[in-house]
Amino acid sequence: MIEFRAVTKCFDGGTVAVDELDLVAQDGEITVFVGPSGCGKTTSLRMVNRMIDPSSGVVAVDGQDVASRPAAELRRGIGYVIQQAGLFPHRSVLDNVATVPRLTGSTRRAARRRAAELLETVGLDPALADRYPAQLSGGQQQRVGVARALAADPPILLMDEPFSAVDPVVRDGLQDELLRLQDELDKTILFVTHDIDEAIRLGDAVAVLRVGGILAQYDPPQRLLAEPADDFVAEFVGKDRGYRGLSFVDSDALPVHDLPLVRLGDQPPCDGWLLAVDAGGRPRGWLEPDSGGGAVTEERLRAGGSLHRSGSPMRGALDAALSSPSGLGVVVDDGGAVVGAVVAEEVLAALRERRPGAA
Amino acid sequence: MLGGIGLYLSSPTNREKVLGLLGEHVYLAILPLLIGLAVALPLGALARRGALLRTGTVQASSVLYTVPSLALFVVMPGILGTSITSPANVVVSLAVYTTALLVRPVVDALDAVPGHVVAAAIAMGYRPARRFVAVELPLAVPVLAAGVRVASVSNISLVSVGALIGIGGLGELFTEGFQLRYPAPIVIGILLTLVLALVVDLLLVGLRRLATPWAHAGVGS
Ligand SMILES: Nc1ncnc2c1ncn2[C@@H]1O[C@H](COP(=O)(O)OP(=O)(O)O)[C@@H](O)[C@H]1O
Ligand SMILES: [Mg+2]
Repeated sequence: MIEFRAVTKCFDGGTVAVDELDLVAQDGEITVFVGPSGCGKTTSLRMVNRMIDPSSGVVAVDGQDVASRPAAELRRGIGYVIQQAGLFPHRSVLDNVATVPRLTGSTRRAARRRAAELLETVGLDPALADRYPAQLSGGQQQRVGVARALAADPPILLMDEPFSAVDPVVRDGLQDELLRLQDELDKTILFVTHDIDEAIRLGDAVAVLRVGGILAQYDPPQRLLAEPADDFVAEFVGKDRGYRGLSFVDSDALPVHDLPLVRLGDQPPCDGWLLAVDAGGRPRGWLEPDSGGGAVTEERLRAGGSLHRSGSPMRGALDAALSSPSGLGVVVDDGGAVVGAVVAEEVLAALRERRPGAA
Repeated sequence: MLGGIGLYLSSPTNREKVLGLLGEHVYLAILPLLIGLAVALPLGALARRGALLRTGTVQASSVLYTVPSLALFVVMPGILGTSITSPANVVVSLAVYTTALLVRPVVDALDAVPGHVVAAAIAMGYRPARRFVAVELPLAVPVLAAGVRVASVSNISLVSVGALIGIGGLGELFTEGFQLRYPAPIVIGILLTLVLALVVDLLLVGLRRLATPWAHAGVGS
């Protein structure tokens, strides 16, 4: 548990970076600090591992004031990941990851063995172990950064905009990976970002800060979307928050209908919209109504919309329906095979049902 | 001309003397380079602790470098209590020059180490001394190496001046040539000094490459 108790940081020159921050980050959760540039996110994070000392107030880890612990020793028990990964350019990937175990006295051999395990944990090809950081892509560097932070198996992880410098597709992958890792590792994570979508996706709890280091709202993400504390938060959370709020609504009650299917290479059995599937039952695209006879080939298909994985939140169901050329949102199972279809009207009806006061 | 050199070098005594002087020259130039580097590193690191300290140290070092070398050689015995012909005078004087010459490159080289890498090292739990040796110093090598090369050439040429006060090195070939009104030793001295400077420079370039394999690894290899 990480506690900020009335923490203020005023830099020489008078900038108040953090103003009377009171906040508790629970064990085993991802707590996100989000806000515009200069609102004190980095400063808050760095007060946890004593890279910055507060002007007043106390930062405590498991009830103990961090100021009472020797800084270097404290830091070795707290993983830290930053934006450009901050990898040591002069050390191989493996030696970068082995850094903290080496500092805490592991032999070179043991530290490297541990490092090799971690490369696997974060999904990196072991063949990259002997490369220098400059020889990796941005996404790979960030993975190395995460592996390095995890090397000494610290209970706490501080992450300062770790994914902001990579392109959106890679960022998506890294976010997924972090959530998967967190499922396994159960760390107490403080995560800083200026991207509200990232905050909502990753956070168990989200702290929205405004410039001047003032905490505007601290709540679970669904609450942030549903009940922004003030205009600043509402604006920061941004447009589409009604839609984005669907990420937190389960789709279990949504009816799934049968879908007319045709296997690639077969004759179309009827004239309406048909979903073409491959031999494994995975969707390949839509065949328009009245598009004539003859075997169905890839060239005759229209690209499909997004897919809704069975059991995932309502947002995906609505998007699948809205983006499908036929208006039928395709539902697939974990293996990617077609299960059936959902329609937008029923998504809206299901949402209506959930509202207080619904009959 | 070439005949004169051939004749001079045909004498085994002369050959032995030239080799001996070359060895002395190397010693008198390189030892102060190492001492100067060892002093400039902590001094440069210290100078980065504050703006005032930085300007003070950098300016003091550039002023120091403008003191004429002959003057330094001559006053050094008074400071050190050594005899006027002691090689220690040259070694210490040149160490002072090397230090003066290297403080600035050390400061620049440490400035060139990316801030986020240093921040990461602090966050990993490095204490300052180990961080300096294990992270900042290796990353400072590319910029620092340029300064060391300048200092080595400067030392190799300054050692010759020592001959004026009778301290070994290839400069003695100049004094000998002037005294005997005989150009061959002078030409040999000049050529060997040039070759020496070139060889040492090449060695330093090689050393820098060895010390920075990471800076030469191809992308995506
Ligand atoms: N070392 C420092 N000295 C003076 N001001 C600083 C220092 N570090 C940060 N600040 C100021 O404190 C405020 C918060 O900075 P920071 O925590 O880095 O914000 P964020 O990470 O949210 O962008 C900014 O106004 C910034 O300029
Ligand atoms: Mg920041």
